[in-house]
Amino acid sequence: MAAAQPNRLQHGGRIDRSRPLAFSLDGKAYTGFAGDTLASALIANGVALVGRSFKLRRPRGIVGGGAEEPNAIMQVGEGAKTQPNLPATQIELQQDLVAHTTRGWPSVGFDIGAISDFFGRILGAGFYYKTFMFPRSFWNYYERAIRLSTGFGEAPASPDPDAYEHMNAHCDVLVAGGGPAGLIAALVAARSGARVILADDGNEFGGSLLAGADAIDGAPAMDWVAGVVAELREIPDCVLLPRGAVLGYHDHDFLTLAERCVADPRGPGDATRRDIRPRARERLWRIRAKRVILAQGSFERPLAFCNNDRPGVMLASAVSTYIHRYAVLPGRHAVVFTNNDSAYRTALDLAGAGVKVAAIVDSRAGGGGALAAQARVVGIPVLQGRVISDVTGKNRVRGVSIAEWSGDSWENVTSTVRIDCDLLAVSGGWSPAVHLHAQAGGRLDWDESQLCFRPAHASEKQRQSHDSAGAGNGRQSLNECLTDGLRAGTEAVAKLGLEPAAIKAPAASSAGEAPIEALWRVPAERDADRCPKQFIDLQNDTTVADIRLAVREGYRNVEHVKRYTALGFGTDQGKLGNINGMAVLAAALGKTIAEVGTTTFRPVYTPVSFGTVAGESVGGLYDPVRKTALHESHEAAGAPMEVVGQWHRPWYFPRAGEDLHAAVARECLAVRNSVGAMDASTLGKIDARGPDVVKFLERIYTHNVGRMKLGRCAYGIMLGEDGMVMDDGVMARLGENHFYLTTTTGGAANALNWLELWLQTEWPELEVYLTSLTEQFSTIAVAGPNSRGLLEKLGCDIPLDRDSFPFLTVREAVLAGMPASLFRVSFSGELAFEINIASHFALDMWRKVLDAGREFAIAPYGTESMHVLRAEKGFIIVGQDTDGSVTPVDLGMNWLLSREKDFLGKRSLGRPDCLRKDRRQLVGLLSFDQRTVLPEGTQLIEKTGRTTPVPMCGHVTSSYHSACLDHPIALALVAGGRARKGDTLFAALPGSEPVPVQVVSPVFYDPKGERQNV
Amino acid sequence: MLLITCPWCGPRAETEFSYGGEADIARPLDPDALSDAEWADYLFYRGNPRGPHREKWNHVHGCRRWFGVERDTVSYRIARSFMLSAGGPGADADAGPESGGDANTEQED
Ligand SMILES: [Zn+2]
Repeated sequence: MAAAQPNRLQHGGRIDRSRPLAFSLDGKAYTGFAGDTLASALIANGVALVGRSFKLRRPRGIVGGGAEEPNAIMQVGEGAKTQPNLPATQIELQQDLVAHTTRGWPSVGFDIGAISDFFGRILGAGFYYKTFMFPRSFWNYYERAIRLSTGFGEAPASPDPDAYEHMNAHCDVLVAGGGPAGLIAALVAARSGARVILADDGNEFGGSLLAGADAIDGAPAMDWVAGVVAELREIPDCVLLPRGAVLGYHDHDFLTLAERCVADPRGPGDATRRDIRPRARERLWRIRAKRVILAQGSFERPLAFCNNDRPGVMLASAVSTYIHRYAVLPGRHAVVFTNNDSAYRTALDLAGAGVKVAAIVDSRAGGGGALAAQARVVGIPVLQGRVISDVTGKNRVRGVSIAEWSGDSWENVTSTVRIDCDLLAVSGGWSPAVHLHAQAGGRLDWDESQLCFRPAHASEKQRQSHDSAGAGNGRQSLNECLTDGLRAGTEAVAKLGLEPAAIKAPAASSAGEAPIEALWRVPAERDADRCPKQFIDLQNDTTVADIRLAVREGYRNVEHVKRYTALGFGTDQGKLGNINGMAVLAAALGKTIAEVGTTTFRPVYTPVSFGTVAGESVGGLYDPVRKTALHESHEAAGAPMEVVGQWHRPWYFPRAGEDLHAAVARECLAVRNSVGAMDASTLGKIDARGPDVVKFLERIYTHNVGRMKLGRCAYGIMLGEDGMVMDDGVMARLGENHFYLTTTTGGAANALNWLELWLQTEWPELEVYLTSLTEQFSTIAVAGPNSRGLLEKLGCDIPLDRDSFPFLTVREAVLAGMPASLFRVSFSGELAFEINIASHFALDMWRKVLDAGREFAIAPYGTESMHVLRAEKGFIIVGQDTDGSVTPVDLGMNWLLSREKDFLGKRSLGRPDCLRKDRRQLVGLLSFDQRTVLPEGTQLIEKTGRTTPVPMCGHVTSSYHSACLDHPIALALVAGGRARKGDTLFAALPGSEPVPVQVVSPVFYDPKGERQNV
Repeated sequence: MLLITCPWCGPRAETEFSYGGEADIARPLDPDALSDAEWADYLFYRGNPRGPHREKWNHVHGCRRWFGVERDTVSYRIARSFMLSAGGPGADADAGPESGGDANTEQED
C-alpha cells in the first residue's frame, strides 16, 4: 500500500532509512523516514500541491524549509488533539501522523479557474476595508468571498487532553540558535564556567550546516557539530534545548521559549534532555538571562517575478536543505534564478544529486564569483544579466521565460528564451533574523552592500544585555559566522566577569563572492500593474501591484501599508516577503528602503499553541479556590456554592424538593422568627495594635475611633482620598491600643494593602502593627430572636442578657467548652451573636450550634438569605450598592462622619461635585404591582414615552423578594433620591412595558432598629 | 517582565509586585486649608514624564513593604530602588546592573 518514495535519494541525509514511518495526507497513505519533516516526506513522495492560496485560491506548493514556509500549512491530528496551522516544514514526521491540507477549497486538487478570476477582481489591496464601504448591494459578493476564504485550520471542538507545562529558568548566557555561530558561542561560554542555555527550534543542532556539505577544520562540518554538542552535553550547567523556539524577548532580559517535547527521544540531540521526562506535549520556558546571544541565522528572500507562486518555485536554500538534510529531490529539471552567489551552491548541490540544471539565470551582468566558476566547470549554463520574466504551468512549474534586462526594474523586457523545467530555485539574497534583537529594543541599520537590515550595535552595545552573532548579525561566510560567534561568546563571559576560555576559531573553506545586486521587482513584458501577478506575500496573496495600489490610494507609512495590504499578516509573519515588500513600497514612494524602514517586530517569533501559553493553569489549577473551615460540612449538606472572588461560599441550604426561592424564603423566616446560623468566615479580619493605633485609625476611618470604649464595637467605613466609599466593616476595641477590624470578603486584601500604604509611606512615624487573621479565625453568625437561648443552651461562661452584654459590644467567653470571642453585632437586624473562633475549632462549633439549635428549628443559611435579610434592613454591600462613585453622604451615612478630625477622603466630600444636589442617593423602591422583582442593574426613568433618548435618573443595585414582608424590595441609587420619597419612577425592562415603582426609605423592616437591641 | 529589586528581598520578578503610582506625592498636612483646585491637584494630577520616573511599588507577594523605584518610562531601565522613609535596611539600594533592558513593550497587534 505504501508507495515507494520516488524522489528519495539512495544515500545521504540525516534520516534513518531503517525506520520507515507511515503517515497520511488528506486520507491518502504515504511512507517517510524517521528524521523527515512532513514537508520532506511529501516531497519524497512526489506531492507537489499542498494548498490553495488565501484569497485567490491559486494552487501552491512547498516553498521553504523552515519557519518561513507560507504555503504548506497543515491541520495535524484528529479529534481533541488536532492542531491547526502548522507549517509542514516544522512538523517532525511520526508514525501514523494524520495531516490535512487546510486551505484546499473545495479541495486542493480541484481547480475552479472562474472563481479565481472572480476573486482576483474583487480582492485587491484593502479588500477587508473596502468590503464595508461599498454599496449594500455588493454585500452578497463579499459575503461569499469572505466565507469561502475564512481561516486556515479548525480548532478542536473538545478539550485538549494533552498536558502542557511552564518552566522557570535562570542562566548566565542564553544562546538562541544552534547553528555554527550559536554553537561556538555556547561552547566558549560554557567552557568559561557560565551557566548556558542553548536553544534551537530544529530537532537537531547545526543550523545551516545541516543543509550543506561544508567542511570545518578539514572534516565534515557535522562532525564538528557532533563534537561540540557532545561536549556541551557533559557540562552540568549547560542546558540544551533542541526543538526550542525562542518566542519573545521581553523586558529586562526575560525571554519565552516554546519547546516541543518528544515522546520518543531518539533523534540526535535528544539525549540532552536527561533532566526532564517528556510527559508534556509542549513546555513554555520562562528564562531570565544575564546575557543573550542571538544567533538565529538568516532567511533567504524570494524574488518578485510573474507567476512566482507556482508549485515548484522554491527558495534555493530550501532545495539544498531537502537534498542534504532529507535526501529528497524536489525536481528533476531545474533552473536557478538569483541575484547573488549563494544560489550557485544550490545549483552545484542539484547537479551533484543527479538533477539536470538547465540554467543558472543570474541578474548580474558581471555574474558570480568563485562558485560560478565551479558551476561552469561542471557544465551548468550560466545566463548573466538576465531575469525570469514569467513562469508557465499551473499546478506545477513547466517552464520559464528568460529576458535580458537593463538594470531598471520598471522597464518592460522582451522574453527571448524559454526553458522547460519542473523546479525553479530562487534566491533574492538574505535577511538576518533580527526579530528578537528588534523586540529587545535594538535598532536596525540598512546595509547597502549586503542589501539587508542588520542589528545596529555601535551606540547601544555598552547598555545592552544582548548581542547578535553569525548570519543573524549580517555575517555571510561560514568562516565569518564562526569567528563572530566566538567573539560574541567571549565578550559575553567577559561582561559577566568570567575569564573567557581560550578557543581557536575553527577554520572553514570560504569561496570568494561577488556582491549581491539590488533586484526587488523583476521586470516583465508588461508594466507592474498589468503583468501576471508578482507575489510578495504568498500566504496573503499580496502582490507588487497591491502595494503600488495602496500607495496610489494615499498610503505612505509602512505600518499602514502593511495593514491595508495584509503584507506580513500570515502565520509566517512576513519572514519570507516583508523586505521585498518594503523595497517595492520604497520604489513606489521614491524613497530608499532605509527611509521606509521595517514594521515593528513583536513577540511571538513563531506561532505558539494556546495550550503552551496556558500551561498547567487550566481546570482546577486555573485559579486557587479558598474554602472556609466549614466547607466540607456545607458540601455534605448539599449547599450549592457561590463564588465570591476566590472564595466558595454556601449559597443556600435546600431541603428535599426546594429550589433557591423556596429555600431562601424558609431560611429568612427562620432568622426572623426563631434562629439561623451562617458561615461568615470569609470576612476580612485584621488585628491592629501599637501605641499609635488610635491616631492611625482616626485618620483611616470616618468616625471617632478614640471615643470607643474598651469592649465596644462600631460600624466603620473607609473612604478613598476621593471621598468615595471603599470598604466597610465592624471594628472592635479589644484594648487601649488594640483593635480588631473586619472588612468585606472581596476587599480584605485591598484594605490591608491600603492601611499598609499609609502606614509605610505617609506616616512611618506611627508605631502600628497590622496582622491579617482572615484564615486563622472563623466566624459563625447566629441570628434570630432565639439566638441568645441557643448560646445559653450551648453553655457559655458569661452572662448573655441585654444589660451584661449589650448590643455592639464584644466579650471573650468559653462557649460549648471552646474559647471564643462573641460579638453582639447584627447584619440581619435581629438579635444576633457572631462567634469568632480559632479555625481549628470552627467545624466542631458549627456542628454544636446546629445540634443545639434543633429545638429552635434552626436553619443554616447562605449568602442569598444573608443578602435578603440585610436588604430588608437597608444595609449596603460595598461593591454591590456602591461602585466607587458613591460617597457616604450619598448613602445617608452623614452620622458616621466626624466633624472633629481629619480623615482620608474628608476634604473631597467638600468638592463641588460631591455637593451636587442631583447626586445619586440610596433609596428603597417598591413595585406598584407587588409582584415584579426588578432585575439588578435596571435603569430608572422619570416617565414613559416614545421620545428618545430617555433620560435615566438612577439604577437598581439590590433586588429580592422578601418572604417576611411578602413583596419585592429593591435598593437603588436615584438622582436626588432622598428628597423624592413617595415619587413614582419607572423601571425600564427590556422587552416589556416599564414598571412603575415608588421611591421609599431603604429600611423596609423594623425601621427603628428595635429587634437587634433586645 | 521587569526585574525589580526590593530593598529588603533583592531582585524579584515583576509578578511579585504591585504598582502604586508616582512617588513623592505628600499628603497635605491641612487639607481644609486648601482650595478646591489645590486639593484637586494633589488628588488627580500626576506627572507623565518621558524618561526617569520615581514611583511606588509594593512587594505584595513577598515582604509586603512599599518602596520606591526610579524607572525610565522609555527604556524601562531601572536605575535604582530606594526606601520611601529613612531608617530601614537597604536604603537607596542599588538595583544592580542586571535590571536594565531595552525591551520593546508595545502590545499593539
Ligand atoms: Zn520584599
